[in-house]
Amino acid sequence: MRAIVADSLHLVTRRLRPTLRQPVYLGFTLGTPVIWLFLFGQLFKGITALPGFPSGSYLSFLVPGIVIMTAMLNSGWAGTSYVMDMERGVLDRLLVTPTRRVAIVAGDLGNQAVMTVVQSLIIIGLGLLAGARFPGGALATLALLAAAVLIAAAFAALSIAVALLVRKQESIIAIFNFLGLPLSFLSSTLLPTEFMPHWIQDISRWNPISWGVTVGRQMLATHVDWSIAVSHLAYLLILAVVLVALCSLAFRSYQRLA
Amino acid sequence: MDTSMSDAIEAHGLEKSYRGGVKALRGVSFSVRKGTIFSLLGPNGAGKSTTLRILTTLSSPDAGEARVAGLDVVRQQAQVRLAIGYVSQKSAVDLAATGYENLALQGQLYGMRKADIQTRADELLDRFGLSGVHRRITQTYSGGMLRKLDVAMGLMHRPDVLFLDEPTTGLDPESRQAMWREIRRLGREEGLTVLLTTHYLDEADFLAERIAIVDQGRVAVEGTPDDLKRELKGDTVRVELVRPVSADTLRMVATELPALRELRCDGKTLRARVDSGERALPALLARLDACGATVAAATVARPSLDDVYLHHTGRVYLSQEEASPKCVRS
Repeated sequence: MRAIVADSLHLVTRRLRPTLRQPVYLGFTLGTPVIWLFLFGQLFKGITALPGFPSGSYLSFLVPGIVIMTAMLNSGWAGTSYVMDMERGVLDRLLVTPTRRVAIVAGDLGNQAVMTVVQSLIIIGLGLLAGARFPGGALATLALLAAAVLIAAAFAALSIAVALLVRKQESIIAIFNFLGLPLSFLSSTLLPTEFMPHWIQDISRWNPISWGVTVGRQMLATHVDWSIAVSHLAYLLILAVVLVALCSLAFRSYQRLA
Repeated sequence: MDTSMSDAIEAHGLEKSYRGGVKALRGVSFSVRKGTIFSLLGPNGAGKSTTLRILTTLSSPDAGEARVAGLDVVRQQAQVRLAIGYVSQKSAVDLAATGYENLALQGQLYGMRKADIQTRADELLDRFGLSGVHRRITQTYSGGMLRKLDVAMGLMHRPDVLFLDEPTTGLDPESRQAMWREIRRLGREEGLTVLLTTHYLDEADFLAERIAIVDQGRVAVEGTPDDLKRELKGDTVRVELVRPVSADTLRMVATELPALRELRCDGKTLRARVDSGERALPALLARLDACGATVAAATVARPSLDDVYLHHTGRVYLSQEEASPKCVRS
């Protein structure tokens, strides 16, 4: 067990290294979400005037949504670095060492987790600078970070599983381009559930992005409803565990066909 | 003759099929004595890499069994992994890290201690002439430097058995020579057992104490390079023609000069094995002249591994999978 933890940390370091050397790249991955944040923030500004809107500031309402969406969109690329590792023989080199496969996956998920926390904090910080306010406080913010990390772990695991099974960059890019926007729009990222048509409400209820956003929206409440936050974090945890398990099955298939 | 105690690698009847029913291995068997350099020689697709992947636990055989360092490669994977180093065909260096970081990660994953990692990495960087660049991101390395780092990474945890999959493919002649010197030294000075695959005949000839020629998923023949060559009695005659000759002409030459064995023509190169090159060559040249074929050059030589390959597989050796050779008579 100690070896697994140690190996995971070494492999997290390996994945983080390019970003640590050139933090500018982190900025590139934030470009789109920041534009969304301020573009949609302006575009839907007036929506708060509608009766029943849960927040006085659309920007404050939007920040948790953009945090979760960014976690999902960026972790979806995790598989592409796996394909690169496969093509370059780096994955084989790792598999020949005594390192457990779970440590190899944990290395990638750890990297995604660190990146997600940094990106989320930057988005929240930019939101605050632009005037967003979160009466839920630090604990609710921590809950949002936890939800973002779980979303990132789940989607990174899915992306890696796809990489191990199809072994093509194009397939991963196609699948996550196909999934990314519908998952975002068919969730409570941009609008409260009550404002949606019924069929979207039904989809949104089962959409993990909505679970994450639901956790994050607790930041807007003066009295945080912890039963909602904890239950939705639990759903996300279950999803992440299932997808990591799927990922290790994919590993087995990768080696069987090797 | 060999006791299993002194064998670092034993493979018995390894078979492996891939999706779509492609049979990569059809019963590969060989053994490698401890502390020797052994080469699997054959063209691409012969089954060398698949054999290596099975021996290094990356893949499992459909049938047969194999032991490395006395350990079963299917049932004792974890122990096998500790005992071996593997350098794959592709350069598996992490290009975003420096040379030193690559070596350090390798050491960490084998559970080496911090101080030991430092000493061993410095030692390997020095030996492979990478000391000056160990702080540079490997993206800036040349192909030869990357290959050296690859081998150094495979040696980091001081394995008993080192697997090298085509260690010099794609290297320029100078880097290739340097790599050869290093591999030879590994075998001689460190008592390491080295199994290398190659499709270069000269490489196997120069480096390996024993060679197994792999052809279509089987070991066609195994032995020391000298034994394999000695097995082919007599000389090899090679004639370079200015223009290819017709099949009819060849058939005629073959019937009229029964002293020529295994007469083959590959493009403009005619070759045959004979008991005595001095006696056979003048007759062959006269015959070709009479047929109107112009000879550019002619050589008589002791058999090379080329001839060994030809003899055992029935095909002219082409280092890549290119062009199918034309045979006249076997």
